[in-house]
Amino acid sequence: MLTERAARPEHKGNQMKLVTAIIKPFKLEEVRSALTDLGLQGMTVTEVKGYGRQKGHTEIYRGAEYAVSFLPKIKIEVVVPEGTVDKAVEAIVRTARTGQIGDGKIFVSPIEHAVRVRTGETDDSAI
Amino acid sequence: MSLGTSRRIATLAVTAFLLCLAAASAFAQTPTPPTPNKGDAAWMLTASVLVLLMTVPGLALFYGGLVRTKNMLSMLMQVFFVVCIVCIIWVVYGYSLAFSEGGSLNAYVGGLSKAFLAGVTPDSTAETFTDGVVIPEYVYICFQMTFACITPALIVGAMAERMKFSALVLFIPLWVTFVYFPIAHMVWYWAGPSATVAAAKTLAAATGDAKAAAQAAMDAVTANAGLAFGWGALDFAGGTVVHINSGIAGLMGALLVGRRVGYGKEAMPPHSLTMTLVGAALLWVGWFGFNAGSALEASGTAALAMINTFVATAAAALAWMLAEKVAKGKPSLLGGASGAVAGLVAVTPAAGFAGPMGAIVLGIVAGFMCMFFCSAIKNALGYDDALDVFGVHCIGGIVGALGTGILAAPMLGGTGVFDYTTGKVGDYDMLAQFITQAKAVCLTLIWSGVGSFILFSLVKMVVGLRPGTDQEREGLDLVDHGERAYNY
Repeated sequence: MLTERAARPEHKGNQMKLVTAIIKPFKLEEVRSALTDLGLQGMTVTEVKGYGRQKGHTEIYRGAEYAVSFLPKIKIEVVVPEGTVDKAVEAIVRTARTGQIGDGKIFVSPIEHAVRVRTGETDDSAI
Repeated sequence: MSLGTSRRIATLAVTAFLLCLAAASAFAQTPTPPTPNKGDAAWMLTASVLVLLMTVPGLALFYGGLVRTKNMLSMLMQVFFVVCIVCIIWVVYGYSLAFSEGGSLNAYVGGLSKAFLAGVTPDSTAETFTDGVVIPEYVYICFQMTFACITPALIVGAMAERMKFSALVLFIPLWVTFVYFPIAHMVWYWAGPSATVAAAKTLAAATGDAKAAAQAAMDAVTANAGLAFGWGALDFAGGTVVHINSGIAGLMGALLVGRRVGYGKEAMPPHSLTMTLVGAALLWVGWFGFNAGSALEASGTAALAMINTFVATAAAALAWMLAEKVAKGKPSLLGGASGAVAGLVAVTPAAGFAGPMGAIVLGIVAGFMCMFFCSAIKNALGYDDALDVFGVHCIGGIVGALGTGILAAPMLGGTGVFDYTTGKVGDYDMLAQFITQAKAVCLTLIWSGVGSFILFSLVKMVVGLRPGTDQEREGLDLVDHGERAYNY
């Protein structure tokens, strides 16, 4: 772990943030389009399951009732320069909101380092 | 060729009857045996293939969609295996045990005179339900073979997701031998129309001393039938033989194998209701071969069975959906598909006896009854009949078998029962017929229930019924067959 850290280049002060948003699946296209309008060039999307205050629902198959706790959601991960974080978060909130319970969550966390595989560019120029 | 087949048939028109009589007397004067009508033969060839379609892929997909992904292939494989093994057993000795004369055991089972299809040639014929009308024996053998294939295949749904393949491989040959073939013989074997009509004519013509001899001959012909057939039980296409029989066997299997690991605690939703609907739809289509084919002729009775198979099914599907809407708030596709199968099961014994309006009533009753059984009763008793073989096939079969006794009555639009000795539809005694139907139901429940219990217990002692708990959790596809249904 220590050697790994030591091998990394010095932190250059280019702050990047990872914005992770859990949203309702049918809101994905609106969110994508809003983030593209901000000039963000890429994102990673995963189909996930989970629950929050919305909890689950009940499914009935013939006589068998099942409480389904985990609901399908979409997880978006996008890494943005620090200056764009607020605008990105605002865009996601604006487009993913329905006002109903279960609209999702957004988490923002720091990113230490980024590299573009094709060119070897790092950090801000890599995202 | 007194190839006894099954079910008494009812006439629809007096003219048809007169034609038959004319044909019969023509045959009496000439030594030439009747030859098959090409239309009848063509229809029965088609009907046989339609019944195969019910099992593979129909039943396989219907069941497969209802299990979890990890057991999909085991479900398909079990149904597929049953069809293949029973085809072979059928021609080796099954057909003979079900549809040949059985000597001293004739009331219960046939003999081995036709083992390995001895004596059957392309020119051999089997009688239908009309005196003087025959179809090629090979097509009759094929048609009845498909019934023998689907019946044990229905059972596997009850033990779905937790029965070892090796146990099934041992169980199926035993079950068809000791349960299916005897019950098919008891319900469907009889001397055939030409022998009955000829004996009745001799009796009518006999006077004085000859009368007693003719009566004895008549009694011998009447006695040459399976137990339930001799009682006069009506089962047009297999309500007792196929559905009650497999349903009660499935319940015994579910009880002896035990519940699935995690039953009642973990969610076990169907993995693809799309496939279940595809399977149910194929069952419906194939069922026209099953029910209309059971007329054994391309006739008005076949057409009656066909229209009943349309309307009873639709009525039962609607009834199940409605019951779900009222009881649970939402009508489900699975409910609709299950209702359709329940309606098909219930109309099976009644198909050629009830009128179309009677069939609709039968379908509605079956839809409600089976829905009630599959939810309320099953949950209350706590047995794990995984795919509701008992709730749909046994309960639906009982509704159908008893309903046939009521709905066959001419006053309710039914056909009545054709009496071969008098050559016309006899007076219909609904109460007596209902009691006879109930006796046939009890006979099947007891024979198959006890027989299946013994055979499952035997297999449990020899190879065991279940895989280990870890193996069951991993899924039977990998454990029994070394492959997965979906690789993507």
